[in-house]
Amino acid sequence: MYVAVKGGEAAIDNAHRLLADRRRGDRSVPALTLDQITEQFALGVDRVMSEGSLYDRRLAALAIKQARGDLIEAIFLVRAYRTTLPRFGYSEPVDTGAMLIERRISACFKDLPGGQLLGPTFDYTHRLLDEELDGDPQIAIGERRESLTDAAARVADILGGEGLVEEDVDPAGQSAPGDINHTPSEFPMSRAMRLQSLSRGDEGFLLALGYSTQRGYGRSHPFAGEIRIGEVEMEIIVPELGFAVPLGRIQVTECQMVNQFKGSAKAPPQFTRGYGLVFGQSERKAMAMSLCDRAMRAEELGEDVVAPPQDQEFVISHCDNVQATGFVEHLKLPHYVDFQAELGLVRTMRAEYAQRESTFQTDLQEAAE
Amino acid sequence: MRNESTALDGGFSAPVQDAQAVFRAVMDAMARPATIVEIRPPVTPPAPLPPIIGAIASTLLDADTPIWLDPTLGQSPEVGEWLVFHTGASFTDQPGEASFALIGDGSAFPDLDTFAQGTQEYPDRSATLVIAIEAFDGGTPLCLRGPGILDRATIAPRGLPKDFAEQWEENTQRFPRGVDLVLATGDSLVCLPRTARLIAREMEV
Amino acid sequence: MQTHEEIALRRSRMSVLARARTSRLQELWAALDLAPSYQALRGPECGLITLQGRIGGGGEAFNFGEATVTRASVRLEDGSVGHAVALGRDMDKARIAALVDAVCRKPEMATLVDARMIAPLQQELDEADETLRQLTAATRVDFFTMVRGED
Repeated sequence: MYVAVKGGEAAIDNAHRLLADRRRGDRSVPALTLDQITEQFALGVDRVMSEGSLYDRRLAALAIKQARGDLIEAIFLVRAYRTTLPRFGYSEPVDTGAMLIERRISACFKDLPGGQLLGPTFDYTHRLLDEELDGDPQIAIGERRESLTDAAARVADILGGEGLVEEDVDPAGQSAPGDINHTPSEFPMSRAMRLQSLSRGDEGFLLALGYSTQRGYGRSHPFAGEIRIGEVEMEIIVPELGFAVPLGRIQVTECQMVNQFKGSAKAPPQFTRGYGLVFGQSERKAMAMSLCDRAMRAEELGEDVVAPPQDQEFVISHCDNVQATGFVEHLKLPHYVDFQAELGLVRTMRAEYAQRESTFQTDLQEAAE
Repeated sequence: MRNESTALDGGFSAPVQDAQAVFRAVMDAMARPATIVEIRPPVTPPAPLPPIIGAIASTLLDADTPIWLDPTLGQSPEVGEWLVFHTGASFTDQPGEASFALIGDGSAFPDLDTFAQGTQEYPDRSATLVIAIEAFDGGTPLCLRGPGILDRATIAPRGLPKDFAEQWEENTQRFPRGVDLVLATGDSLVCLPRTARLIAREMEV
Repeated sequence: MQTHEEIALRRSRMSVLARARTSRLQELWAALDLAPSYQALRGPECGLITLQGRIGGGGEAFNFGEATVTRASVRLEDGSVGHAVALGRDMDKARIAALVDAVCRKPEMATLVDARMIAPLQQELDEADETLRQLTAATRVDFFTMVRGED
C-alpha cells in the first residue's frame, strides 16, 4: 500500500525562514563578511575547497556562511554549485617542483637542499588558548630574512639513482586518467582515480584510517618524506592558441610519505611511497591521504590485504562525505510506510513467539503432571 | 598566423538561452520519435556544416564528448576549428570511440553498428549520430512504434543509405544497446531513438 | 605562425594578467585610455577546469579537483583577436585580459602596453612573491650541533 502524504509545505517554508533568522543570529552583532571568512577562517575555507572539489575561496567562504559553519553542509553546497558549471577542459599536470614555497619540511633528511622551512604552522605551539584573541589585539607582521636562492629539491630526487626509493613512472603516451566525475566506481580502481577520490575524501575518515595503519592495521611503517605547501601556477592548452596558457596560481599541500618495504616477489626491498595532494593548506589531510594511498597499493606491491585501509573498495566507497551524509541523513526522511510494514511483521513474529511459548509451557506442565 | 575569422564567428549570441532553446527542441523530438520539430538555428557555422547541426553540436558537445566527423565535414579545417572553439570537444577518427558523430552526407556513412553501442550495464555509453539528410519526405517510408509514439508514426526521410531500414531494425533489436539518431535538414529535425521500432517493412510497398 | 619568442611573450603577459588583481587591471587599463571597440566572440563566461597533478609529483597524471575559470575571446575592429582564461569568476578580468591580448597583436601597441601596464603589474607581483619568500625564509631551521664529550 502506498500512502501519499502532503501537508508539510507551510512548515518547511517557516523552517527555512527560521533557519535564515538563526543563521543571522543576534542582529546587534555585525554580519560576517566573506573577506573575514577567507582571511580568518582560511583553513576551514581550504577544507571546503578540497572536499567540495572546487578551488574558489570566495565560494567556499559563502558556503561556510550559508551553512552556519557546518563544513560538511558547506562542502555539499559547493559540490552542488559545481555541477551547474560547464567544464572547459583539463589543466596541464601541475609541477609541484616549481612551487613558490610557504612551508616545506622533511622528517627523513635534516639537511635537505632548500632547508627545513616551518612556515605558518601550528606545530610547536603549546595548544594553550590565547585569551587575547577574545579581543582584537595588534598582531606583529611576520619576521623577514634574506630569501633563499637554492631550489627546494624533491625528496624523491635525493635518494633517486640508488634505487632505494621507488621512482615515479610516467608512462609516455598514456591515455587520459580516468575521472570519477563521470565514471561509475568499479574495483579494482586505477591509482589515479583512487587519488582523485582521496583528494576530495573526508579528512576525518582518512585521518582515522591513516591512524589505523600506524596502529598495525596494514602496517606500512611511514616517514614523512616531505611536506610542502605553496603556490603553483596552473596552465591549460587552449586549442585556438595552440599553446599552454597560464591561468594563475593555486595553493596546494603535497605530502610524500616514504614507507619501509621489505620487498616481495614483485619488487626488491626499497622504500615505497604514498602520495597526497590537496587544495590549500591542508597538511593533516595530505598526510592521511598519502597513508591511505600507500595502504591501498598492497595488492600492487604483493602484500596481503588484511586490514580495512588496504581494501580499496571499502576506503573509496566510504571516503566521500557528501555521499555518506546523504545516505545517513536520508534516514530522517519519512519512512512511515516501511516502518508500518516492519511493525506488522514484528507483531506477527511476536504473536508466533507467544504462541510457541504457551505451547511449550503447556507441554512442560503436562510432562510434569 | 592562422586564419582566425571563420573559426571564431557564428557561435551562440546568447549562449544560455540559445542552448536551452535548442536543447528543448532536441529533447522534445527525442521524446516524440518521428515528429518533425522546427527550430531556427541560432548559429552560423562555416560551410559545409549545416547551421542546424552546428546548433545541436553547440548545445550537446563539450570537452568530455569525443566527436567523429564524416569525410564531408572532416575535410574542412574551418568546420573542425569552429567546433573546437565553440564546443571544446575533441575529435576521434575511430567511430567506435565517439560520443557524437556529425554526418554531413546522410546517404553514405559507416554502418550503425560501427559506432559505440553502449554495454548492457551502461547503455548510455553509446553514440548519438547527428545526420544531415535531404528532406523528411520522398524517401523510403518508415513506420514506427514505441515509447512517445501514439499508435504509430510514419516518416520517409530522403538522403539516407539504401539499406537504412534493415540497419535500423538491427539497431532496435540490440536494445538496450544501440545508437540514437538526430536527422536534420534546414530548420527541422527528427529524432529516432533506439526505442522506435519498425513495425511493417511491407508498408514500403 | 607565431615564433617561440612571440609565444613566450604572450604567455608571460597572460600569466601576469591572470594573477593580477582585477581592480589594478581596471585602473591600468583605463589609464592607457585605449577603449577599443570590439566584438565578443565568446564569453566572458565562467566554467570549470579539472586540475591535474602527477602521482608522486612526477609520475602518471591524475585529476585532483576542479577550479572555477573565466574565459573570453574578443575581436577588435582591425581584426585582431585576443583570448584570455583565468582562474576565478571575474568576468571583467577576463574581458580586459582578452582585450589586452588582442591589442598586443600589434607590436607597437605591445611595447606600449608592456611598458605601462604589464611591467608595473609584474613588478608588484614579483614584490609580493619576494615578501612571501622572505617571510618563509625567517622560519628556516638553522641546525647546530651541541659540543659533546670532553674536549
